[in-house]
Amino acid sequence: MAIVFQPTEGLTEKPFHYCPGCNHGIIHRIIAESMVEMGILEDTVSVASVGCTYNSYEYFSCDAVQAAHGRAPAVATGIKRTLKDKIVFTYQGDGDLASIGTAEIVHAAARGEKITAFFVNNAVYGMTSGQMAPTTLLGQVTTTSPFGRDASYQGYPINVSELISQLTGAVYVERVCLTDFKNIQNAKKAVQKAFKVQQAGLGFSMVEFLSTCPTNWGKEPVEAMEWLKEKMIPQYPLGCFKGQDIDFNNLGKAEEKGA
Amino acid sequence: MAQKRVLMKGNEVIAEAALRAGCRNYFGYPITPQTEVMHYMAKKMVQIGGNFVQAESEVSAINMVYGAAAAGARAMTSSSSPGISLKQEGISYIAGAELPAVAVNIVRAGPGLGGILPSQGDYWQATKGGGHGDYRNLVIAPASVQELYELTVEAFNLADKYRMLVMILGDGTLGQMMEPVAFRDEEPIEKIEKPWAATGRGGRKTHNMITSIYIDPDELEAKNRELQEKYKYIEENEVRYEAYGLEDAEIVITAFSTCSRICKNVIRQAAEQGIKVGMIRPITLWPFPSKVIAEAAARDNVKAFLDIELSAGQMVEDVRLAVEGKKPVHFYGRMGGNLPTQKEILDKIIEIHNDPEGGKV
Repeated sequence: MAIVFQPTEGLTEKPFHYCPGCNHGIIHRIIAESMVEMGILEDTVSVASVGCTYNSYEYFSCDAVQAAHGRAPAVATGIKRTLKDKIVFTYQGDGDLASIGTAEIVHAAARGEKITAFFVNNAVYGMTSGQMAPTTLLGQVTTTSPFGRDASYQGYPINVSELISQLTGAVYVERVCLTDFKNIQNAKKAVQKAFKVQQAGLGFSMVEFLSTCPTNWGKEPVEAMEWLKEKMIPQYPLGCFKGQDIDFNNLGKAEEKGA
Repeated sequence: MAQKRVLMKGNEVIAEAALRAGCRNYFGYPITPQTEVMHYMAKKMVQIGGNFVQAESEVSAINMVYGAAAAGARAMTSSSSPGISLKQEGISYIAGAELPAVAVNIVRAGPGLGGILPSQGDYWQATKGGGHGDYRNLVIAPASVQELYELTVEAFNLADKYRMLVMILGDGTLGQMMEPVAFRDEEPIEKIEKPWAATGRGGRKTHNMITSIYIDPDELEAKNRELQEKYKYIEENEVRYEAYGLEDAEIVITAFSTCSRICKNVIRQAAEQGIKVGMIRPITLWPFPSKVIAEAAARDNVKAFLDIELSAGQMVEDVRLAVEGKKPVHFYGRMGGNLPTQKEILDKIIEIHNDPEGGKV
């Protein structure tokens, strides 16, 4: 009998600890599949951050380093500067990347570090039980904005992809979602584009994934997916913010340098 | 043949020593009075093809060190007191993940923004942990530019050997001072394999994971016990100090780094007045040379200790713990960036000579 689907080698056999309906599982899988399909699994170092994915290193089967809250881009900088011919990516949530780690992400991008940031935006702090994040929508109820986020009191959501795409060192920035098969395929393409940009040594690349958090949003998984489409996408439009002109088909691997 | 000696500034010698020790990764952020380390690296590190990154903050700089160390490289950062405070988060993670790294603190006077002149007020921060959790850094306090060179090279060897952060604790005087230094033709670099490093699997069946998180309390306790065993081994094997005149000293001075230099002259002056003074100069501040201090305290000829620091009295607590009340321990310190004069210390010695039990801490 023909095998039509099987687990990817890019993931270990450890079962995910993520909540039902959370998108981390899908995102992990498309990153892992991309590493295998691109033949970079054994040449990649991932950097885990602080949040629900603090132990993503137990799932990805590549080498990994766990970073302090928000510091993943700085840690990745140290790794990549040491291992110039390897692929280095960070995996960060919105609290990690868009709040405590804003300095690190902005400057890694500004320096044009040849790393990739996978940024998972679910508009809430997941791990610590649903506090307001910098990406929380106006009016959104969280445990620290129990009356709904009020702009006059708690300010406005940060559109990270738009912000980062303003920096010259950021070469490829795209925002995707995972609401259906077509979007998942598109997200996977974005992951591979980001890796290709890094392989070619062009500069900093980032993919922002709009993601659900049914547990902290207080919604059923399907309902959460609908809420993401209806509420999040208007605030965080999908699309490529930087690197539209890159000819990905002709992006060769950067010249091999001695280790 | 006598080796050629070069006149160099302390901060520059730290950088040169690191390069000679094979360090190819420097991450820093400007702060006085250590900036020359960074200036030297900005030029020389790049010329030899190493990595020099001026980070966006001290927080990022130490995390870049964490990353480079995790990838198996020799890496360092340097800063001064307020900057070292910012690095404490990363230093705790380095301890937890057991990564080899070197951090230099050219201490300035605090607290807060304080001033830019010399101090030893970061002794507690350096030797008692600094960041969160039960951990230690190996802390080395050179007293001359020559020692800055030799001990910085040694710091990289010790970091690799024990997979931990080694801190060079200097001060503004030492960093800014120019002295002749004789470089070796070849450095005693101990090459230590790092099979644990996250370098990309490259054929390895299992993936390496560098982390400091252990959600299971038993696992975390076991990890802590492992760390404590390592620290105990270091306490038994890596204590360094300089001691002299203990055989017939009436008063024993304890002082490290810059203060010990001033005290050496005072000891000669005291001898001219017929007062025998010896000195114990800790070179490793952690592990602390408690044993030699305890032995000195047990000697009949020793009547009192005098601890001299550029602080309100920090190391003196460790001296008192070692002395265990056997002899009086006196203290004299200056703060704010001021150095004690030889006369101030000599006056204190005469005072103790006349009344060993009076005015003790």
